[in-house]
Amino acid sequence: MTGLAIEVQGLRKSFGSAEVLRGIDLKVERGRVYAILGPNGAGKTTLVSILSTLLRPDAGSVRIFGLDAVRDAGAVRSRIGLTGQFAAVDEGMSGRDNLTLFGRLTGYSVREARKRADELLEAFGLTEAGKRPAGKYSGGMRRRLDIAAAMLVTPDLLFLDEPTTGLDPRSRSEVWDIVRALAARGTTVLLTTQYLEEADQLADRLAVIDGGTVIAEGTSGELKASVGSGTVSIRLASPEQRETAGRVLRQALNAEARLHSDPAALSVPAADPLLAANALTELARAGIATTQFSLGQPSLDEVFLALTGHHAEEAKGAEGI
Amino acid sequence: MSMSANQANQANRANLMRALSANERPRGPNALSAVGTFTWRAMRGTLSQLPYMAIDVVIFPIIFLLIFTFMFGGAISGSTGNYLQFLLPGMLVYTVTTMTVYIGIAIKTDIDRGVFNRFRTLPFWQPAAIIGTMLINLLSYAAALTTTIAFGLALGFRPEGGFAGAVSAMLLVILYAFSVSWIFACIGVVAKKTESITTLTYVVLYPLMFTSNVFADTSTMPDWLGRIVAYNPISLVSTAARGLMHGDAAAADLLTALAGMAVFFAAFAPLTFWLYRRKTAR
Repeated sequence: MTGLAIEVQGLRKSFGSAEVLRGIDLKVERGRVYAILGPNGAGKTTLVSILSTLLRPDAGSVRIFGLDAVRDAGAVRSRIGLTGQFAAVDEGMSGRDNLTLFGRLTGYSVREARKRADELLEAFGLTEAGKRPAGKYSGGMRRRLDIAAAMLVTPDLLFLDEPTTGLDPRSRSEVWDIVRALAARGTTVLLTTQYLEEADQLADRLAVIDGGTVIAEGTSGELKASVGSGTVSIRLASPEQRETAGRVLRQALNAEARLHSDPAALSVPAADPLLAANALTELARAGIATTQFSLGQPSLDEVFLALTGHHAEEAKGAEGI
Repeated sequence: MSMSANQANQANRANLMRALSANERPRGPNALSAVGTFTWRAMRGTLSQLPYMAIDVVIFPIIFLLIFTFMFGGAISGSTGNYLQFLLPGMLVYTVTTMTVYIGIAIKTDIDRGVFNRFRTLPFWQPAAIIGTMLINLLSYAAALTTTIAFGLALGFRPEGGFAGAVSAMLLVILYAFSVSWIFACIGVVAKKTESITTLTYVVLYPLMFTSNVFADTSTMPDWLGRIVAYNPISLVSTAARGLMHGDAAAADLLTALAGMAVFFAAFAPLTFWLYRRKTAR
């Protein structure tokens, strides 16, 4: 299987006077896990709604497996699965009835739909809860039921809109396992997330969107490299020396030091590991004691900061811009 | 991690992989089977709310029939027995009119919860989602009408058109409720809040019901009011139901009532489907 699962060009969408997407370009290869990373209000859900044919774009083209998402919406729908940010199930019905309902609407006979519902309940660890109303499920159980509902026929392309938002760590890792299992069997997955770690853990490639445009795209390694091949992170024995340490490091590494919220911590991009080793010597020579010294790739949070000028979490106030 | 936990994990993963390998996509359901599925869903929903349903289809019809018969009967017609003969066909209309709002609430609830988005991505004939719910509502209309007629008979109501008259009047009123339901279905698709749908009941339906000839004959009203009341669609259907019930329906009255329903249906059913298809996720 080669070719593109998703191809988006010049995608624009406004709600009233609010321009949510301002020209998105995107290419997702088949069989990959692709993450759309961005803060609240960046336009992630709008983007997924358009890609999954639920919304019409104002301008631009969207092709899913080569099919136009507006003109061939019906054909596109038969190849995709969607799980929303809010578990899209009927809360009044039991988990089993929900899956049976969606199975019937997919085209299974009553008996096939029931059988499929039971298989999925078992696979997603919901057999015991199967008879209870979905409205009484925990967050993690609902999310699993929601994903199961998208798996009645294993889709070629699955959209997961913030699949782990609001889940506890254990439920989150269960959802991650499901995504990995899907990827292993060749389903293309497009997921949106606010969590940098999630994109790093699951995705082959990712796009960072902010203010309705793609501000960076690539593998997480590439994105990190675009910010700097590596970062020297230091914790000082005494916080008062941070200013001096910053000056020493700036000279040694020829780059601006970034001060962390922890008063004893700072980090500096390092283009070359040799220079980083040298920086440690320079610090010792200046009489600055360190309790931690590490050379590593920048975190996605640092990438986000470098790309947007603000932390991922800070952007929450930007909703609606 | 202990060995057994590890094995359990592997078993889970094997289950998961097996469940995820259903590659063969069935042909999408035909329209009839999709409608059947939604009828089943609406039935499930109704059964789970049976106590509330009982209020609408049993308790309300009885209470209102008692109130109107015994409070106003003597005052309006001189005797409760005479009044009941006049009132009951109109009460059929009154009873179902307030129930037509439920279809709007049901549609709005689906849209508000993400389940609407899921329906949207499934390959079935989309109007089925509304029609299935509508069919079950028709059953509850029929149940409420049956209660009203049965209780009316117990109070001494006698349809002069006999059994055939009662059944045809009931069918006419169900048809009326069906046509009015489309107005609320349409409102359910476009409404911003569920509360605004219920508010409409009070702002629109109640004034319409009380300016109709359900409770009193237009001949006793001032000319100008009589004319307004006579053209109220609720009056049209009440007059027709009265005619059928007592076996003296005028063809013109029947035709006017049916034409009014046809107009509601022809205008609002297609509009509802069109709006529903265009409705997008928020």
